[in-house]
Amino acid sequence: MSAHVAVIGAGPGGYAAAFYAADLGMKVTLIDNEKNPGGVCLYRGCIPSKALLHVAKLLDESKHAKEWGIEFGAAKIDIDKLRDYKNRVVEKLTSGTGQVSKFRKVNYIQGWASIIDPTTIKVKKGDATDEIVNVDYMILALGSLPTKIPSLSINSPRVLDSTGALDLPEIPKSMLVIGGGYIGLELGSVYAALGTKVSVVEMTPGLLPGADRDLVKFLAQRVEKTFEKVMVSTKVTAMKADERSVTVNFEGEGAPKEAAYDYVLVSIGRRPNAKIDGLDRTKVKVTDKGFIETDGQRRTAEPTIFAIGDVAGEPMLAHKASHEARVAVEAIEGQKAVFEPAAIPAVVFTDPEIAWAGITEAEAEKQGLKVEVAKFPWPASGRAIAIDRVDGMTKLIIDPETERILGVGLAGSGAGELIAEGVVAIEMGMTASDLKLSIHPHPTLSETLMEAAEVFFGQATHVYKPRKKSS
Amino acid sequence: MSEFIIPNLGDGVAQGDVLKVLVKAGDAIKIDQPVLELETDKATIEVPSDVEGKVTEIKVKPGDKVKPGQAVLTLEGASGANGASGASGAKAEAPKQDAAPAPPAPEAPKAPQAPEAPQAPQVTERPKASVTNISSARPQAAAPAPPPPVAPSHVTSAPAAPSVRRLAREIGVDVSQVPGTGPGGRITQDDIKEFAKRVMNSLGSNGQAAAATGAGRAVGVGPALPDFAKWGEIERKPMTGIRRKTAEHLSHAWNAIPHVTQFDKADITALEQVRKKYRPEVEKAGGNLTVTAIAAKVVASALKVFPQFNASVDQAGDSIVYKKYVNVGIAVDTENGLLVPVLRNVDQKNLIQLSVEIQQLAEKAKARKLSIDEMSGGSMSISNLGGIGGTAFTPIVNWPEVAILGISRGGFEPVWNGKEFEPRQMLPLSLSYDHRLIDGADAIRFLRWVAEALENPFALTLRG
Repeated sequence: MSAHVAVIGAGPGGYAAAFYAADLGMKVTLIDNEKNPGGVCLYRGCIPSKALLHVAKLLDESKHAKEWGIEFGAAKIDIDKLRDYKNRVVEKLTSGTGQVSKFRKVNYIQGWASIIDPTTIKVKKGDATDEIVNVDYMILALGSLPTKIPSLSINSPRVLDSTGALDLPEIPKSMLVIGGGYIGLELGSVYAALGTKVSVVEMTPGLLPGADRDLVKFLAQRVEKTFEKVMVSTKVTAMKADERSVTVNFEGEGAPKEAAYDYVLVSIGRRPNAKIDGLDRTKVKVTDKGFIETDGQRRTAEPTIFAIGDVAGEPMLAHKASHEARVAVEAIEGQKAVFEPAAIPAVVFTDPEIAWAGITEAEAEKQGLKVEVAKFPWPASGRAIAIDRVDGMTKLIIDPETERILGVGLAGSGAGELIAEGVVAIEMGMTASDLKLSIHPHPTLSETLMEAAEVFFGQATHVYKPRKKSS
Repeated sequence: MSEFIIPNLGDGVAQGDVLKVLVKAGDAIKIDQPVLELETDKATIEVPSDVEGKVTEIKVKPGDKVKPGQAVLTLEGASGANGASGASGAKAEAPKQDAAPAPPAPEAPKAPQAPEAPQAPQVTERPKASVTNISSARPQAAAPAPPPPVAPSHVTSAPAAPSVRRLAREIGVDVSQVPGTGPGGRITQDDIKEFAKRVMNSLGSNGQAAAATGAGRAVGVGPALPDFAKWGEIERKPMTGIRRKTAEHLSHAWNAIPHVTQFDKADITALEQVRKKYRPEVEKAGGNLTVTAIAAKVVASALKVFPQFNASVDQAGDSIVYKKYVNVGIAVDTENGLLVPVLRNVDQKNLIQLSVEIQQLAEKAKARKLSIDEMSGGSMSISNLGGIGGTAFTPIVNWPEVAILGISRGGFEPVWNGKEFEPRQMLPLSLSYDHRLIDGADAIRFLRWVAEALENPFALTLRG
């Protein structure tokens, strides 16, 4: 197929689309403002935050080691070197994507794209020259931006968004994280490990809205210890910054009326970035929430334009974007591909990690689905005891009629890796028996999935919990 | 706090489009009060509430698709059958026929009479119905027993691996319709292939393509249309749910049934005199004594004499299903399309009851208030076009029924009585039937029986 496809935005959705299209023999142009493909995920999101969280975990474990008879003394932290390490991680990965982009003969243009008409793109390049690209198809992978609300948008170097926080300006004495979602909790954990007194304020009654409470519990217990203060059901009513600190007013039970922090991290969510110049010269429609409207193939109302990733709808997750990328490219090729996952995993990379896929218990209840939940508590796992991390749980949400696994939830060390098995189980329409009858390596945390399935039948080796007689 | 949950909408109805929300936030609603108007592929129905309370939140808007089990209203101070978690099997019937007789309606089915000006035809229209049990229309449903598939339950998506879903998509099979033979109802590649094979086979033999596959639907579509705009201005409009269902159902009936149509005429000179005589009495009861009503009664009696007309052919199951009940469908022409409400137990009702019921069903049909139940389960159908005109026509059998009686415009004709021509009022009848089950001789016997019963109402009492 010799169509010319232009992909605008080179995040994990955009570059996955460009590379796949090239692999299928299409002529591909990939446009992004960064030097190399990577997008927010590689430059300012998933990857740098994971580098820092890795360091945070090491710091926490080194303290924890005291209980095992090993003391390291106080850690000396060289913030510049740490920042440099993080930057090298980003550089390594993005130069890698740049390389594979070249190998695939993708025409990568660094610059800002605008749409002239559905088959013409103008790119304003760094050297102020314009390049016109004529295409057959476009894939818009425009991503998302941190949500801003006017009352919290103060122009001060002490008020950060996730991008600013990842730049590690210093190790502040105190920091307030506004928003108890995954971004705030991950970055808050990093700063807490580095020695900052971190407080979190969340409007809803609990951290990580959307996740099952019994999973969040493990994280909540942990941050109660590692964070200075966790304020839920609390609103920030005002904020003002001076050179030394940010003064914040709260409204909520258990929250002070006013407190001052060295830094404030605003992480109240992300919004789709559908603002590309010239979109109005196409038939592409944007919803009132700001997402580009697409069909199951990720085709917009303009038949030759597709949209994928954060800009095409929730959940705003890299792995969703790269899956959509493949669907859109296959649709362009004329295949009957449709985006219809049975499970999109969500992972919060705090410590312990929280991960889930498929239906949650809360959703099942909301939909009135009859489900049975089988839980395996990690204190019964040999591996969890051996690594002194019994703060975890593995649970399966099962259709009692067919015994199919509809959802998997995990809390605990390494939950983000373990959830992949849950995704496969759900996608394959696996029953609890299938999981129970597959041999899992001992001693690993992955056994908790198998044993949770055993719990469903009231036969778990390490848990005594006879099955309720089903009526 | 409680919720109103969409109840089961009838056999084979998986979802509907919200046409109208009939309540608003703050309204106090009662049990049985209609709260939503839904268009399903079978009919437009009003969904009555099975809970009462004050509406605090409406979760749907016109144009949304809803499914049974979905919560659409949040209520305060609610009570009733369907509490917060309850998908109790509440029925989605439109309000039951009220006790109060319908007001003497403007022109119920007009009998084909003498050369009066044609009245606005109400119960008329082409043959054929929009009501069929989708599940039985599925070719695989009756196929020679594979291991009983576990019905996929109320869960999110079809239990099939991504590669299996892809295969289904590529060959145009709707994976949600494929019965899974694996554990927990899991659908395998072989299930998809088997399903596709059966659809293809049934296409070859008796055209039971149904709408099970994209391909199946395409079968009725035929070759691509030319570009009409070349020859002048055109306008394109989407098919309504009822029209689409009618098109699919009729294509299926036409393909599945080897049709033959038999014509005859009944001398209704005497009947018309009797009819005029008793009309006021029926009117008093709230009905209209029409030829359609009388024909329904006659057909009901004939069905008892000729049981093979009250039957269905189960080709896949290699058997014939005989029905012990006598229900007669009446084709009703409405603004929104053809609907066929079904009169129940016609053999057990007198003409006054039938006349009133026809009137009520016709009104409901026009108000788009027929429930699915009210359009299902017919033994045979009647289509009376006489109010509009015509001398004869070839109605299409309302599958899975095996016969349909068409009635055209009656009028005076010279009839030779052995000595001279006499003016007699003659009613043209057209009987289409399924030749797989009914032979030509039986068909004309049936039609003659009907004609004679109309000619001499006493014959009905005598033989019916």
